[in-house]
Amino acid sequence: METISYGKVLDDFISRIEALLNFDYSISKHAVSIFLLQDDSEIINIVSQKEAQWPKIQAIISEAKLKYPYSLSYLFAVERQNYINKVVKKVKKINPKPQNRLFIMFDWLTTNPFTGIPLLLFILYWGLYKFVGVFGAGTLVNFIEDKIFINHINPWVTNLFIHIFPWKTIQGLFVGEYGIITLGIRYAIALILPIVTTFFFAFAILEDSGYLPRLALLIDRVFKKIGLSGRAVIPLVLGFGCDTMATMVTRTLPTKRERIIATLLLALAIPCSAQMGVILALLEGSPRAMFVWIATIILVFLIVGFLAKKILPGTPPSFYMEIPPIRFPLISNVFIKTYSRIKWYIKEVIPLFAYASFFIWLGKLIGIFNIFVKILEYPVKWIGLPKEASVAFLFGFFRRDYGAAGLYDLKKLGFLSANQLAISCITLTLFLPCIAQLLMNIKERGWRLGLGISLFVLLFSFSVGYLVNFIFTVFTISL
Amino acid sequence: MDNLSEHAEEILEALWIQGEDRPGKPLDLGIIKDDPACQELSKLNFIKVIDGHIILLDKGRKQAELAIRRHRLSERLMTDIFDVKKEDVDSISCKFEHLLHKGLEDKVCALLGHPRLCPHGKNIPRGECCKNKKKQLGVLISPLADLRKNEEGKIAYLHTKDPLVMQKLMSLGVLPGLEIKVMQHFPSCVFKIGHSQFAIDKELALSIYVRGI
Repeated sequence: METISYGKVLDDFISRIEALLNFDYSISKHAVSIFLLQDDSEIINIVSQKEAQWPKIQAIISEAKLKYPYSLSYLFAVERQNYINKVVKKVKKINPKPQNRLFIMFDWLTTNPFTGIPLLLFILYWGLYKFVGVFGAGTLVNFIEDKIFINHINPWVTNLFIHIFPWKTIQGLFVGEYGIITLGIRYAIALILPIVTTFFFAFAILEDSGYLPRLALLIDRVFKKIGLSGRAVIPLVLGFGCDTMATMVTRTLPTKRERIIATLLLALAIPCSAQMGVILALLEGSPRAMFVWIATIILVFLIVGFLAKKILPGTPPSFYMEIPPIRFPLISNVFIKTYSRIKWYIKEVIPLFAYASFFIWLGKLIGIFNIFVKILEYPVKWIGLPKEASVAFLFGFFRRDYGAAGLYDLKKLGFLSANQLAISCITLTLFLPCIAQLLMNIKERGWRLGLGISLFVLLFSFSVGYLVNFIFTVFTISL
Repeated sequence: MDNLSEHAEEILEALWIQGEDRPGKPLDLGIIKDDPACQELSKLNFIKVIDGHIILLDKGRKQAELAIRRHRLSERLMTDIFDVKKEDVDSISCKFEHLLHKGLEDKVCALLGHPRLCPHGKNIPRGECCKNKKKQLGVLISPLADLRKNEEGKIAYLHTKDPLVMQKLMSLGVLPGLEIKVMQHFPSCVFKIGHSQFAIDKELALSIYVRGI
């Protein structure tokens, strides 16, 4: 087998160590020697146990280290790089391709704060608000819900089940106010799926164009203030699509401290696309309530992040990221990415809607549901909402957007003032993560932290709701 | 302090390092008890001897800090510029540091780009020149963070206290000898190596030292 020469001196050290190795490692002794010289802790651990001559080997390693001003892993990396350069030079020819002017322009626009921040707002407005909020949550949802479900599927299914099951209770499990099909599947397919699909589509375009790493470097300084690095931009932006998926993606963050802060902020202050779709629909027509909602959520995001940074022990994060070239998104890539995320969503999340409907049905049957609704009426009243809203908050535990959708029905009935709309949207956005996210929090962060974060979020959301209501009352603000 | 003997200077350094490693602990006089250099130091009010323990006085601490600075700068010079073998760095630096007087140490410091750590990863006490550092002519090595936009250089060395940070940089392909070009500094530092671009924060940009070309 051909091996790379690391220069006469290093090669000599390698062969001296090689000669002392007797144990049969699954990799070549040459490779083991190189690992030893580079201080690889795992290999050192094995060799120190297996080799009788270990002290001698150690002596050679120390001798080698003294020969150079730099650490040995450094030298190996440099020599390897030189070798790679030589190989690449032999086989690669670069045709200097003129860089696309448009891409250079876009690169410049995205990486300096003076144009980057307006561009971010532009993308948020058109990509998130117009495309996901208005087109996805408006046009598509209306079409699928009204034209397909309410007009065709629901009456047909209801008829079918009434004929199959003569018992009212069993009918209620599938059809009716909280039926698995008429509520659970309808919400999942008609309300949530179009919103999530449009979001994942927009996200895939951003991902494929190389915009996200540029956003990361743009926002790194701000994120440092809340204990995160620019790298966290990717899970947090993904959270606007699905917080559950985003919580899983926090794995890409390098330290435990960053992962905890990101999980907390996702659970608390990042509304998922489904929730946002319904909240935007709720706040439609009350621009001042919308402003209060946005301002409060951003403020909570920054304050909680800042406090988490102060409280959690550990070293501040460092930011490093490769910046890929700007590319025109490939349609095939965008579709494949959207498709695979939707597939994940359908597989993991839609069953949860069915379970949620089932638990609500069961809860109503046994009566526990009513007890919880009664208990929740108190905090709901404290934050200045009509007690009917407590049903929506309990739904909110099963899925946050589910809860928001419940409020939507209340708004349609004219039960909520603009003040109450703002408060309920704020509380619901901050409120407990949906059951899927709660499970993901526990899975990723462990029992103690996962439950701790969730409990904190529960108390905190109502406290903020209470505070906002208090401010409205004291200053007699009417939105 | 021109008239301080080399030996007395070394005693001051040793005392200072002891204080750096184990702050607050009384310093034992040990074998240097009857050393004439010791008396020289007490005469100058640099140290005070009480019950066989040495106390480094403020005046002495200042002198010691300057001596340490000269020593660690010499080490950097030997390592980065002269590529002296690791086993020889210490002995040569020990002699060389005594030549770095009369502002010469600040010139070496500027030449090396006001390094913050010695090759062993210990702090180099900052001098006046580091506080009001300007772009000086004849700078050989400077941290990436001090390079101007579009300026190019060759990576001289990486230096961080945290070995993990070093690994991160190396995994990005930031290695000594490679050519590097600064694309921007604000809001994050962006640089180019070969055909790849990377973004890092200011802290990391301060730990990559670049030789100008």
